[in-house]
Amino acid sequence: MKKIKIKVNGKVKTVLNNSKLSDLLNNLNIPIKKVAIELNQEIIDKKRTSNIKLKKNDKIEIVHFIGGG
Amino acid sequence: MAEDSLKKDKLIIAKKKFNSRLIVGTGKYKSMSECAKAIKLSGSEIVTVAVRRVNISNKNKPLLMDYIDPKKTTYLPNTAGCFNSKDALRTLRLAREIGGWKLVKLEVLGDKTNLFPDMIETLKTTEVLAKEGFRVMVYCNDDPLMAKRLENSGADAIMPLAAPIGSGLGILNKINIQIIRRQTKLPVIIDAGLGQASDATIAMELGCDGVLVNTAIAKAKKPFEMALAFKNAVVAGRQSYNSGRIDKNLMGYPSSPSEGII
Repeated sequence: MKKIKIKVNGKVKTVLNNSKLSDLLNNLNIPIKKVAIELNQEIIDKKRTSNIKLKKNDKIEIVHFIGGG
Repeated sequence: MAEDSLKKDKLIIAKKKFNSRLIVGTGKYKSMSECAKAIKLSGSEIVTVAVRRVNISNKNKPLLMDYIDPKKTTYLPNTAGCFNSKDALRTLRLAREIGGWKLVKLEVLGDKTNLFPDMIETLKTTEVLAKEGFRVMVYCNDDPLMAKRLENSGADAIMPLAAPIGSGLGILNKINIQIIRRQTKLPVIIDAGLGQASDATIAMELGCDGVLVNTAIAKAKKPFEMALAFKNAVVAGRQSYNSGRIDKNLMGYPSSPSEGII
């Protein structure tokens, strides 16, 4: 299987070509209800992550709430 | 009777009612559990939170939501650390996506050393957010004209600073705060710069609707005691404001009758 490089929260990650965003989130053990996800600066509907195929050089941001003023 | 009237005296922001007029930040604590305990002691029903990247290399890092239940405490996502409209909009759109949050705190900073707000960017962003259906509480300078412009741009609460963020200097311009309070129909919440509990009392006595405190509690030598002190200070200040203070006089007036002196 061909592998591609993507960026997740600023870090380079190697994933299988044609793998889905939902696979990545599962592998990273992300509590999906407590986060928001951006793909190439566009917010992703969390219900549709299994419909999104990852492409080379995709930039993914996964954010959550932390302590702040 | 007096206690009953205080119970009925609610803080209303964007049509939501709150019993406590103290909003606390969740930053700068030594641990999540210390933060959660301080919040509980403060009696606060609203807490500010920041939006940041999930740590993907440490999957077991504790989550804020595991310590402070967003169903019981209102999360107020904040744009702390944003220096332009684009970043602030991106942050709050993401915050809304996390769990449907519409009530947000906008803070667009203009200078890294004094942390004063960039009011031009703030004003622009308020307008966009209001159009997108956000209910925006806006951190701003203690400038009555800018506060009015924010109100006209669709803000839901005006949050003037007492002094620079984290400075602990207390309210520097009481007159401006009173003018801002008098001219607006929106709730006025003092945000940033308070150092001790009495500063919160002063804010409430000036007629403010609430105060937002983070550093003064989180960095106090005893954060739990300070959380309690702020809770009481806000209640005292509000009661004092509602009670109608006496006029100020230049000369002394005796408290005991002058008749019947031996």
